[in-house]
Amino acid sequence: MHAGIIFLLVIIGSVLFHIFTPWYWTDIASNWGGMDDTITLTFWVGGGVFVAVCLFMIYCVFRYSHKEDRRAEYKPEDKKLEKILTWATTLGVAALLAPGLIIWNQYVNVPKNAIEVDVMAWQWGWQYRLPGADGKLGTTQVRNIADNNPFGINPDDPFGRDDIMVESDVINLENNRPVKILLRSVDVLHNWYVPQFRAKMDAVPGTVTFYWFEPNKVGEYEVLCAEYCGVGHYAMRGGVEVQDKADYEVWLSEQETFEQLSARYEKLNVDGNKLAKK
Amino acid sequence: MSDEYDNNKSYQTQSSEVIDGSIGSVNPDIDYVRPAEVGEQDLYHGHSFIEKWVFCQDAKVIGVQYFLTAVFTGIVGLILSWLMRLQLGFPGLAGFMTAEHYYQFVTMHGMIMVVYFLTALFLGGFGNYLIPLMVGARDMVFPYVNMLSFWMFFVAVAVLMASFFVPGGPTGAGWTLYPPQTILEGTPGSGMGILLMLISLSLFVIGFTMGGLNYMITILQARTRGMTLMRMPLTVWGIFTATVLAMLAFPALLVSAIMMTLDKVLQTSFFMPTILKAGEVLEYGGGSPILFQHLFWFFGHPEVYIVALPAFGIVSDLISVHARKNIFGYRMMVWAIVGIGGLSFFVWAHHMYVSGMNPWFGFFFATTTLIIAVPTAMKVYNWILTLWRGNIRINTVMLWCLGFIVTFVNGGITGIFLGNVSVDVPLSDTYFVIAHFHMVMGIAPLMVIMGAVYHWFPLVAGKMLHEGLGKWHFWITFLGAYSIYFPMHYLGFIGVPRRYFEMYDSPYMTSAVGMNEFISIAAFIVGAAQFILVFNIIKTLKTGKKAEKNPWKANSLEWYTSTVPPEHGNFGERLPVVHRWPYDFSVPGAKDDFIPQTTAPSEVIHTEVEKT
Repeated sequence: MHAGIIFLLVIIGSVLFHIFTPWYWTDIASNWGGMDDTITLTFWVGGGVFVAVCLFMIYCVFRYSHKEDRRAEYKPEDKKLEKILTWATTLGVAALLAPGLIIWNQYVNVPKNAIEVDVMAWQWGWQYRLPGADGKLGTTQVRNIADNNPFGINPDDPFGRDDIMVESDVINLENNRPVKILLRSVDVLHNWYVPQFRAKMDAVPGTVTFYWFEPNKVGEYEVLCAEYCGVGHYAMRGGVEVQDKADYEVWLSEQETFEQLSARYEKLNVDGNKLAKK
Repeated sequence: MSDEYDNNKSYQTQSSEVIDGSIGSVNPDIDYVRPAEVGEQDLYHGHSFIEKWVFCQDAKVIGVQYFLTAVFTGIVGLILSWLMRLQLGFPGLAGFMTAEHYYQFVTMHGMIMVVYFLTALFLGGFGNYLIPLMVGARDMVFPYVNMLSFWMFFVAVAVLMASFFVPGGPTGAGWTLYPPQTILEGTPGSGMGILLMLISLSLFVIGFTMGGLNYMITILQARTRGMTLMRMPLTVWGIFTATVLAMLAFPALLVSAIMMTLDKVLQTSFFMPTILKAGEVLEYGGGSPILFQHLFWFFGHPEVYIVALPAFGIVSDLISVHARKNIFGYRMMVWAIVGIGGLSFFVWAHHMYVSGMNPWFGFFFATTTLIIAVPTAMKVYNWILTLWRGNIRINTVMLWCLGFIVTFVNGGITGIFLGNVSVDVPLSDTYFVIAHFHMVMGIAPLMVIMGAVYHWFPLVAGKMLHEGLGKWHFWITFLGAYSIYFPMHYLGFIGVPRRYFEMYDSPYMTSAVGMNEFISIAAFIVGAAQFILVFNIIKTLKTGKKAEKNPWKANSLEWYTSTVPPEHGNFGERLPVVHRWPYDFSVPGAKDDFIPQTTAPSEVIHTEVEKT
């Protein structure tokens, strides 16, 4: 008897916790509200099943606890009941799967007007690059990486000359404009994750991965690394600042292109050589 | 298989029609069981202490050896979890705790608990002890290889533990060992630590293959007369299917361990692309880190079911015995176990939705993953339908079973979140995942293990564990573990990433400081409560009540041995002959509320047995 009561309190407590929890997701700041909705739907259906199964179990504990003079029912199978339960479960599962797949379809198909942002990860930090006036990012190679070429852009690639190099671990994004995040890593796995945007994807050395979202709330956000990347994993932070179009364009105009950066380094070298000669 | 089943059925129908009034005498017609096809196994009986208790060939002793070794690793894993929770709940309290240590503890805790504790305990421990007894065999078919299997496991554990003492300490790569970081500086233990881990895993797989062959072949070839496959206890079905999975899945782990060892030692590039480290390009190129993840999860997902299926099987038997009712839908239960086992090889990449693999895989793996929810749900329904209209003993064993149902359903439901590809995106790599898998493959199987310990202890030791202590053990463990992992899901909703040594002042975490402290305190209590069982066992062995034979009034063969605890050879002079399934509880017309598997139809002629 006591056992049934304690189990009942556990189930009631779980439901109350869910209703009154102060810990729940952060305010969403991207277009992926559908993910939240699917979670909510799964909570209703799954939570309902959890509560129903547990209450049935508790009912059995109360109703059928052992009595010497009673015997259990003898009924090895009930084909009809088993069939009903199988189909009901299949339907329920399909109802949860469908929205999940629909949203995944949106997630893997990037809108045409998305602006590309190259996120390069390393132990333990982030760097960003944006396409220049031509709208295209130059190709890169890990072996090209040097002080004067932090992204390893191929020097012969004409698309790379005007790429915009963001010399900060904070990237600015334009509000209400879809972004395609291109992820690269020079060493180990990382994952560029902003909880408010919901989306994430691993950065894998040797390949370029991507995902997209559309920020829809102006503000500053913290970037966390969400794939274990060694001892500095927990400290690998960055930032995002979502701005209105006007503010964003001001910020953009202040950034250096790859060409300007190269020239600056060349000048440094030339000056350095001159100093050395003197 | 189906032929045999049909034959038996036709005998049953004949029996109730034709025969009457021959109670007590063996009727050759209705009691017919096929003669044995091969002679009996020759057993090597140990002569010295060493042969009887150390290098022993008796599966029961080997089972206990596996059990105790696994429990030892489990205690190490438990202590590591305490240290982790100390850091997470009360950062800075333990002065020695650096990020390196923290990640080493995380890694070793995970690997120990999944492989060296749960897998070894279910298959090596319960498998060895119960398979021959439950199928009516005198021992495993290859006793010598079985002995080697344990000692290989023992060496694997020794190598694993040795890695705590090598320069650089054990690996801190996370239990998933994802390259490239696993073998690069920047990850703790990337020198000797990871090498010992890979060697230990390889030894484990080799040893486990020796044991696994034994479990499979014993179940397929050494069942006693009348023990058809569809008369086996679900415990045996669970362990059997899990072993088949292990035989197919562990090679993927072995292969990836060998390849990674080569990447580490010989600078091959199976998993290593071009890497820039501290301004220098390393001598790697062209390898694929994602390939490792595919291999790892091709092992890793079936591994979840290697732990879960024996738990499913065992809990089915415990519920049936203590509810005094046949397991509901036995055939459905068997096919669900086999079906889940088969499907478990087609879902591995649901661990990799955000790994950077081709995103189109997401559709396939989300679908297969959610399909697996159907047979799993059927099992849950059948457990609670077994309780329905039962005659339920609310004893310690049953409490653990009920605790299992609650935690398993809870963890199963959150699995539907994570399996459903786009729902996984915000939740993956957060505390939601930690809460989910601890609930579903940590706590739930642990509940079954505990229930099984209380259930079979009278058989193994011949004495009854103390009920009162057992109930305290259960309630503290269940309520404590539930209050650790239930709230933890909500940390995941906030977006708190896993494998974080500390959170600094991130807004995501500052709101959860109180919860983290609470979870840590609960973890300390739950861990400490496990020593109630240790105390209970020691006390019972010393002064405990002697168990009567078959104290739970169960039907399966392990309770019908010639002596308790069973001796080497299990069944005395003659092997038992099986006439029915092990679930004939509360059969109408029968004198007692149970009919042992060895009872011939002519002995219980007035009963209305539906199916054997």
